[in-house]
Amino acid sequence: MFQVRIHGRGGQGVVSGAELLAIAAFREGRHAQAFPSFGSERMGAPVMAFCRIDDREIRLREPVMEPDVLIIQDPTLLHQVDLFKGLAATGLILINSTKSVVDLGLVDLLGGTRRYRLCRVPATEIAQRHVGRPVPNTALLGCLVAASGAIRLESIIAAIREKFAGNLAEGNVAAAGEAYTMARESREAVHA
Amino acid sequence: MLKQIEGSRAVAEAIALSRPEVICAYPITPQTHIVEALGERVKSGALTGCEFINVESEFAALSVAIGASAAGARAYTATSSQGLLFMAEAVYNAAGLGLPIVMTIGNRAIGAPTNIWNDHSDSMSMRDAGWIQLYAESNQEALDLHIQAFRLAEELSCPVMVCMDGFILTHACDRVDVPTQAEVDAFLPPFEPRQALDPAEPVTIGAMVGPEAFTEVRYLAHHKQLRALSLIPELCAAFNAQFGRVSGGLIRTYRTEDAETIVVALGSVNGTVQEVVDQMRATGVKIGSVSICSFRPFPLSALRESLGHAKRVVVLEKCLAVGLGGIVSDGVRKSLSGIQLKGYTVIAGLGGRAITRASLTQLFEDAEADELEQVTFLDLNADVVAHELEREQLARRTGPTAEAILRRLGTVGSRIG
Repeated sequence: MFQVRIHGRGGQGVVSGAELLAIAAFREGRHAQAFPSFGSERMGAPVMAFCRIDDREIRLREPVMEPDVLIIQDPTLLHQVDLFKGLAATGLILINSTKSVVDLGLVDLLGGTRRYRLCRVPATEIAQRHVGRPVPNTALLGCLVAASGAIRLESIIAAIREKFAGNLAEGNVAAAGEAYTMARESREAVHA
Repeated sequence: MLKQIEGSRAVAEAIALSRPEVICAYPITPQTHIVEALGERVKSGALTGCEFINVESEFAALSVAIGASAAGARAYTATSSQGLLFMAEAVYNAAGLGLPIVMTIGNRAIGAPTNIWNDHSDSMSMRDAGWIQLYAESNQEALDLHIQAFRLAEELSCPVMVCMDGFILTHACDRVDVPTQAEVDAFLPPFEPRQALDPAEPVTIGAMVGPEAFTEVRYLAHHKQLRALSLIPELCAAFNAQFGRVSGGLIRTYRTEDAETIVVALGSVNGTVQEVVDQMRATGVKIGSVSICSFRPFPLSALRESLGHAKRVVVLEKCLAVGLGGIVSDGVRKSLSGIQLKGYTVIAGLGGRAITRASLTQLFEDAEADELEQVTFLDLNADVVAHELEREQLARRTGPTAEAILRRLGTVGSRIG
């Protein structure tokens, strides 16, 4: 089973991001489950959403405790929430920031000697440019495609067009595409 | 047709396919997306022959549904938590009048303290109101149960609640198979009411009934539910024959044949329980589980048959009978009258606390070793409880409990699981 946990704030499309990933996996003929963990529903509050993808029916209903991929939509959460809890030893971290590992404070946060893969993308800037709003979710999904290979970009694009219409859909498609290209060029590994 | 959609939208599809004539709506989290989706369909013209009525409260929502149903219309509404409590008087009325309304409960805790997350306190509070109560294990089952619910309700002239876990199911985007209109029409005939208000043929519905007849009216309500004990499995079989999948029924067993330990639960937690059963079976532990779909009527015989051979039964409940322990446990014990086995009640998932594989594995291992208390609170933070009890010993004016606990825990919005 492939498991993703998305952390962000209310209004950033965290829940939609997980749903889009599930729809994309469904379009590839796989079983998928996406669900949110709300605090009280309000703009700006920390929100989590989860996505599981598998080749058989998914019965499990617990939150994603041991993600293969962690998507951090808002880096200001780094020092507020225990984001890295349960991250697999070979886990992948996608973060909406272009700051360096040191400037983000990741060296201290990740601790120990475990090796994580990290991908940094200015997802909010990309979204502002293409969608006109600070919703980094689809750009980060493009990044997920490039960094994990767990899903195809065409599936993400099809999912975006299924969930959204018109300019909103095309803006998000462009955001996912740009982040995909950027992430392919900037793959890196960190010892933390 | 297979779709990857939110549970609430899947239920809205099922309701629309069931050709409702009146939908009453008042928003309350976490059921809101269901009636929103239905409202869109009525407004866009996708759902015809249906009046969508926005009302001023939950009490009004069910009251309008009662009026519509009494006038012979297929009526539907949905609610959660305090919303169900606010309509409580009408809940009893709908059942007492024998009106086949279908209502979704997006299961949510009841305050105080305010809590929007999932447990079964809301629907359990209305368990004896005379409604049939069905609990969905998955979003596919939630969709299917609603189609079955209209037929069940109308054959018996009895209202049906379909209970689905708030957020865990209502807000989960899952794969569901949505049937066609022709398939649903073949399963669910048009509503033919036993009683209908009609100016051309006036009748009284809801007259005062004194001691001379009240017991008989109530007995017949009970009798109706006992008939449902055979009708529910029949509908499950008929549904399976037509749609090719098992949804509903009284109970469903999982690897119970030779099980020494059997876990009993309602709703979506059964999926996680089955995962843990598989893991423990792989290490040689003889464990199985039973999912109760029909909580009212309560399937005493079916449970006795599937649990009677076990050494111990663990009832996992998302609701607390304060001062007693479990609610489901009481019924399970009654079903096992005269059979010697160990019975444990576990209160879990209150107010949305995640029920994890890790916690369940430890719990079932403790049960296997017969090291559980009669009543256990899963993942109870004993330190916080001890501290609060100590504080209450030391001073009289200790202030509100919930707020004191929040202060001790610090920021809690960040908890994962």
